[in-house]
Amino acid sequence: MKYMLLFVDEVDWERVPEAESRVMFEKVGQWWGQHSQAGLIESGAQLQPARTATTVKFNGGKPVATDGPFIETKETIGGFAIVNVPDLDRALDLAKSWPAQGKVEVRPLVERGEA
Amino acid sequence: MKSGRSSSGGKPSTPPGSSRAATDAALSTVFREEAGKLTAALVRFLGDFDLGEELVQEAVVSALEHWPKEGIPDRPGAWLMTTARRKALDHLRRDANYNRKLSLLVGSPVSEVAGESDDRLRLIFTCCHPALAREAQLALTLRAVIGLTTAEIARAFLTTESTIAQRIVRAKRKIVESGIPYRVPEGHELTNRLDEVLAVLYLAFNEGYLATAGEAAARWDLANDAEWLARLLVRLMPDEPEPHGLLALMRLHLARAGSRFDAEGGLVLLRDQDRWRWDRGAIADAGRLLDQAAAMGRPGPYQLQGAIAACHAMAGSWAETPWPEILILYERLLEYWPTPVVRLNRAIAIRNAMGPAPALRELELLQSALDGYHLYHATRAEVLRDLGRPDEARAADQRALELTTNPAERALLEQRLG
Repeated sequence: MKYMLLFVDEVDWERVPEAESRVMFEKVGQWWGQHSQAGLIESGAQLQPARTATTVKFNGGKPVATDGPFIETKETIGGFAIVNVPDLDRALDLAKSWPAQGKVEVRPLVERGEA
Repeated sequence: MKSGRSSSGGKPSTPPGSSRAATDAALSTVFREEAGKLTAALVRFLGDFDLGEELVQEAVVSALEHWPKEGIPDRPGAWLMTTARRKALDHLRRDANYNRKLSLLVGSPVSEVAGESDDRLRLIFTCCHPALAREAQLALTLRAVIGLTTAEIARAFLTTESTIAQRIVRAKRKIVESGIPYRVPEGHELTNRLDEVLAVLYLAFNEGYLATAGEAAARWDLANDAEWLARLLVRLMPDEPEPHGLLALMRLHLARAGSRFDAEGGLVLLRDQDRWRWDRGAIADAGRLLDQAAAMGRPGPYQLQGAIAACHAMAGSWAETPWPEILILYERLLEYWPTPVVRLNRAIAIRNAMGPAPALRELELLQSALDGYHLYHATRAEVLRDLGRPDEARAADQRALELTTNPAERALLEQRLG
């Protein structure tokens, strides 16, 4: 089954001392490399910080672009990975091993054309 | 201990002794033994949790209609299987893709389906998967593993049938859509997942056991159902100590259940209970379970709670309660469960082992965490009374009274306030 792991940051990595954030990014890079090589990660990306986000809202059907992420909290979406694993437990194993902590939302993808 | 099960209607269990109650009890036993096995087997065969569970539920409902009138068949498991199969055919005919499943279903004899290898364990771990909300785990476990109907679960939790039905539908949908595996976890994963299962069973037990005398008998049945599940878990996982601990804990509570209420339904505190009425056989049995668990050399919170309950149950009188030992057990329990409520219980042990002054000091530390909990204030009142501070004790009892709606507990507090 395919799942999306949605990585949620609870800290603003731009405010973390560089020495510390560099260590974290290295760990994340290792995590990504290891599981991609094992064929578990199909795709994914790290996102630019939330300050770069623009949200389009449909006010009464009329699209309006506004500055900022769609939800204003201290938690921001930092990236995502699409993984292909046998079941939820394996997807949760991957999520639990995510080095940057914060939160990881795990959701199955809608897969069409497969019985 | 009564073990009633209501028939197909919405009526609560009849009192023990009547022939209806005997039928109900017999039905309970049959369902507990057969329903989970059948569900487990069907889910495995069909590879479809939702459908497998649903078929058994329909068969159970059908049995509840027929058996009270026609008598329980000689081979109830086979009857349920046949009925579930017939229901399955109805479902599968509507869906051409299910032909493969259909052939599996038709081809497998009951003996093979409910065979030697008991895959109810798989069923239990799936129902208690941490990706499901606690209340969904509870409802689903009671329905899929024990074969309680939605109506019975609703009665036990004092809620509506549609609430429970919705909870179960959502839980099953999540199992299917999010790919929760039908499997017993292994290795280090097992410990965490087993904790989850034990928490569900313990919650079910407490829901039933803590019901007051005036509440529906269905709630009492829930405590017995939970005890049955714990027994099943011990049987299926004989090398795991914590299920032994939980089962011992439940047995010890049930052994004293008969003396918890007086003839008028009033609550009787542990110190005032008639210890002659306690079930000595059940207490000894719990002691053996705890010994078996201890021999495995892996202590845990349920074994510790079982040991604490055993200290109380084995004391010949309230005065003989081994408080220093209980205090040590609470210290160790805190290492696993560092919660304010465990600390409150330890404070009670401190009071009895060391005196009211150190107990009050400990209670003061819990003030902010437990200010909304009536037993905190009731305990504080007792300690203040010990210390000769009756006015403050009264105020604390008053606060406890404001915080509880449980009629039996209210009566006790009102009596204390005079």
